[in-house]
Amino acid sequence: MATVTSQTVAAKPKSRGSLARREAILFWVCVAPWVIGFILFTLGPMLYSLYISFTDWNILTAPEWVGFQNYVRIFTQDPDFVQSLKVTGTYAIFSIPLSLITALFLAILLNEATKGVSVFRTTFYLPTIVSAVAAAVLWQWIFNPRFGPINGLLGLFGIQGPGWFSDPKFALWGLIIMSSWSVGGQMLIFLAGLKGIPRILYEAAEIDGAGRPARFWKITLPMLSPTIFFNLVLAVIGAFQTFDTAYVISTARAGTIGGPVKSTLFYMLNLYDLAFAKQRMGYATALAWILFLIIFVLTMITLRSSALWVYNEAERK
Amino acid sequence: MARATYPVSPERAVPFYKTRRFNTLIHDIVVYSLLIGLSILFLFPFYWMVSTALKAEHNVFVWPPQWIPDPVMWSNFKDALSNPQLPFPLFFRNTMILEIGIITGRLISCTLIAYGFARLEAPGKNILFAILLATLMLPGAVTQIPRFILFNKIGWVNSFLPLIVPTWFGEAYAIFLMRQFFMTIPRELEEAARMDGANLLQILTKVIVPLSWPVLTVVLILSFKDIWNEFFNPLLYLNDLTKYPVAVGLAYFNGQFRVQMSLLMAASVVVMLPLVIVFFIAQKAFVEGISLTGMAGR
Repeated sequence: MATVTSQTVAAKPKSRGSLARREAILFWVCVAPWVIGFILFTLGPMLYSLYISFTDWNILTAPEWVGFQNYVRIFTQDPDFVQSLKVTGTYAIFSIPLSLITALFLAILLNEATKGVSVFRTTFYLPTIVSAVAAAVLWQWIFNPRFGPINGLLGLFGIQGPGWFSDPKFALWGLIIMSSWSVGGQMLIFLAGLKGIPRILYEAAEIDGAGRPARFWKITLPMLSPTIFFNLVLAVIGAFQTFDTAYVISTARAGTIGGPVKSTLFYMLNLYDLAFAKQRMGYATALAWILFLIIFVLTMITLRSSALWVYNEAERK
Repeated sequence: MARATYPVSPERAVPFYKTRRFNTLIHDIVVYSLLIGLSILFLFPFYWMVSTALKAEHNVFVWPPQWIPDPVMWSNFKDALSNPQLPFPLFFRNTMILEIGIITGRLISCTLIAYGFARLEAPGKNILFAILLATLMLPGAVTQIPRFILFNKIGWVNSFLPLIVPTWFGEAYAIFLMRQFFMTIPRELEEAARMDGANLLQILTKVIVPLSWPVLTVVLILSFKDIWNEFFNPLLYLNDLTKYPVAVGLAYFNGQFRVQMSLLMAASVVVMLPLVIVFFIAQKAFVEGISLTGMAGR
């Protein structure tokens, strides 16, 4: 009797252990493709790029170790780097609030409507599915200085519209205005957030005599702050990686990358030009790492600051 | 007495402009006029594109604009698509090769990987999943140059391979979406299958996949859109005009000297149209996919 029980007791953990091991093996079989892909196409390239950022390399000859020279040059004597930061920063500072406010406004309108919501939602979302390339092609024509509807509209008010994408003072502003057209994704995320706010809060506020503005500032905005935060982080990351639209518009009709006169020289455009047109791989990868750090720091700042303005129900209790 | 102070007075005692019904009416008028006005504003660029695409070239550059094209030049579409210098039929074929190659790989590999993360336990799983999520935040710039060098070295540049092969190793966003969905499938179903001696492959194909059409459709549709619109990587890897997908082809058309605006707009319409049609058929998938993302952020 005793031997039988001890045997069963001993057998149980063993079989469970081998079962767990079998499951672990199965897990690694399942995720193997991702692990291999991660090492081949992400981790490996990251380590390699860290190395080449300390070299001078044009692909054709062997890379030459130059220490911190690339980084030093970027920060001390590269006017294009400064210009690209200025362009990207300006774009981020203006386009992010503009598109977030547009998206939020559209979401609130959709949330207020009772009938035909899906029709309007489709309409506002439609520009988002269009490729950046097609949108750029289309908006060039809309911003056409002589025959475009925007300058035509300005003309009705007696304003002589600018040359937009051919004018270094206005090209970037054209891109900023354009960015508020494709906010469908952010709008849907806001809409989901609005639907998640308990109705009872509004009903209670209404009984207490709170008007519409008070309800917006005291309920909607605080309850929506996690969603705003989520959209903001994604928008910051996106703005610093802007490429397609600016590339298509600035290179149109055999123009130069980031033109006219480098007024739309976004960070990624400058990087692309250095790496793939001028073949300065070492220098361009150093730029890529700086971009990585900029995005990382900005994301961290947004994350840290979120404690100040993102409403957290769990914390309040 | 208490009743008198409570503000429930008979409707007729209050003037109409103070009633609740009047308030809702005003509210609805404001909301709907804004919605309609903004819809017109958002749709206007599309109208401008389509109307230009249908105009004769000499009617394009006039002011005030010709709001309704006269004559309607349907032939613009034919002219834009049959230019031998700009082989649009080839561009479409190339895009479809990429669509099929990438989507097949992504659906198969991501199903397998997501199942592992959703259902199987192993030491190190949580760290691995954290790394997977971290790659979502990684800017592409950091890996693009070394990747290019790698593909250049093995002679894959100017082929579709650098665009397709990496997608066969899973994609973090799709894995995440699928994992979330798989976790909602009741475990009993798989256990029953396992009792019957089903192996991993059978569980996946007989139990998981048939129950996961909603999330598979979302991944399929969002991938279709992203591949259709992809610009940077094809621009980087493909050198021959005959290998361009539609987005790069359209940008190339846009960059030509003396481009005819009506033909350029006709080409833009044709490039956008398939996506717009897919969008109207599978709208729910788009909306769900985005909302799922939003939920992930909350």
